[in-house]
Amino acid sequence: MKKNIIEVNAVAKQFGEVRAVDGVDLAVQKGEIFGLIGHNGAGKSTLFKMMLGLLPVSDGEIRIHGQPIRGETFRQVRRNIGYLPENVVFYDNLTGLETLEFFADLKSVTKGRCAELLDKVGLSHAARRRVRGYSKGMRQRLGFAQAMLGKPAILFLDEPTSGLDPEGIREFYRILWEMREQGVTMILTSHILAEIQERVDRLAIMKMGKIQALGTVQSLREKIDLPLLIQIIMQPGTLDDLIAALTHLDLGEAEEENGTVQVSCPREKKMAVLSLLAELDGKVLDLVVREPSLEDVFLGYSG
Amino acid sequence: MLNIEWHQIWVIASKEFWDRIRNRWVLAVAAVFTAFALVIAYFGAAQQGAVGFHSIDVTIASLVSLVIYLIPLIALILGYDAIVGERERGSLDLLLSMPITRFELLLGKFCGLAGALAFSTLAGFGLVGLLLSYQVDTTALLHYAGFMFSAILMGMAFLSMAVAVSVVATDRTSASGIAIALWFFFVLVFDLLLLGALVVTGGKYGGDIFPYLLFLNPADIFRILNIFGMEGVKSLYGLATVFPKNLANPWLLGTVMVAWIVAPLGFASWRFK
Repeated sequence: MKKNIIEVNAVAKQFGEVRAVDGVDLAVQKGEIFGLIGHNGAGKSTLFKMMLGLLPVSDGEIRIHGQPIRGETFRQVRRNIGYLPENVVFYDNLTGLETLEFFADLKSVTKGRCAELLDKVGLSHAARRRVRGYSKGMRQRLGFAQAMLGKPAILFLDEPTSGLDPEGIREFYRILWEMREQGVTMILTSHILAEIQERVDRLAIMKMGKIQALGTVQSLREKIDLPLLIQIIMQPGTLDDLIAALTHLDLGEAEEENGTVQVSCPREKKMAVLSLLAELDGKVLDLVVREPSLEDVFLGYSG
Repeated sequence: MLNIEWHQIWVIASKEFWDRIRNRWVLAVAAVFTAFALVIAYFGAAQQGAVGFHSIDVTIASLVSLVIYLIPLIALILGYDAIVGERERGSLDLLLSMPITRFELLLGKFCGLAGALAFSTLAGFGLVGLLLSYQVDTTALLHYAGFMFSAILMGMAFLSMAVAVSVVATDRTSASGIAIALWFFFVLVFDLLLLGALVVTGGKYGGDIFPYLLFLNPADIFRILNIFGMEGVKSLYGLATVFPKNLANPWLLGTVMVAWIVAPLGFASWRFK
């Protein structure tokens, strides 16, 4: 069994009357990419800040590498952590390279590594330009480079891909996977569920300060048992045959648009639908079976 | 209490200091100080129908009257957004996620800003001091050096207050409001209140504690530090003449001034946690 790097035990956070985080238990393993999703105000950022030691917990305990994040060991723990805050803000008057060197200094990392990191995130061309002139995506890349300073064992990434173009997002995850190979543990939040569903090992869905669901995307899908979506394209003029056949199976209402029939189908009836379609040999042009998306799963859990 | 890592304080302080050098803040303030010092030293006696340098005592006395308004204002403006500015911009969380304590961040900010203020004060007034050194003797120069040094201490006391404001305030706007209010209180209102109290009571009550009340204002400490050493100008200042000689010890006044630097910072550090 793999070692738990981050352990969150019965953690709660109270802000006056509001219980922002309410009894969260979580364990993230070494080398895992862990996603944290939830609506705004679900408690993700508060939990994040408590894991980083930026906020004290009201109740419970958080351990990183088996050590408390606050108190005597905090410096040692912090040197092993990289953090990319949501909407990262830097100092406009510094250049990209100077920004990185400033944070390298605080983390006691050799400044020589900075240029290399800028190259890694594709910013070496703008290294000597002031951050003032950086686009949102460039700031995000700089933030990512900053988080990677000092080869941290754990990365906390809050909405890391916001502002990145599709190519940037792909490149970002490529670096993430490369780091996972080296045993780096990553925990990230995102509101673009489609983007993270193929890319995280496990995820937790938060709602009103509690963890509603926890597991791999597949296990969450199965647990909540959302129907599959089947899309069928028929030969012109054969639509009625299909509709007639489908009514025998007692599925949901079939919808037809531009010759494509769309029907939702409980997981256990999937094979029955497929064999029925096999009987319509020659009339079916194309077929797509869609698993419920993370969006559907998310809505199923968080309502 | 966690161990202090001086390196972290140094990193923050250097950044703050170089930021002020790069955005020409230091240059601008130094230029203002140089200009004022030159004008006062060489044209201060123009009303009497003469131009040119006269006496170091009169020059220092005039500079004190000017600096007592200017430096607290500059120091308060310099420091009021030290923390609240970072918080409002959204850069504070990232800074605090580094291996640095809040105390180190606060002290680093203060030291860097204090360095910028001290540097511009020394450069601005020092340049004029250099010109004066051709015309006055060593004692006079020491007086002038004492003036510069005490001006820096006063600046740091107000900077310390400003940093405390930047910790307590919820946003930059209210921080700037509080900073300006502090300036009004310590520079304009405080002495009037004391004088008013003296006049209303006919000087019968509280006459003994009156000099001690002056310790509650770093600007007054600065004034007494500079005026008391100079017999020629003492009489120009009403407040200074009521001040007992035994309390005018520069070491005592210096210690109180240092307390004015330490106390607001200590408060800020306690609140910042």
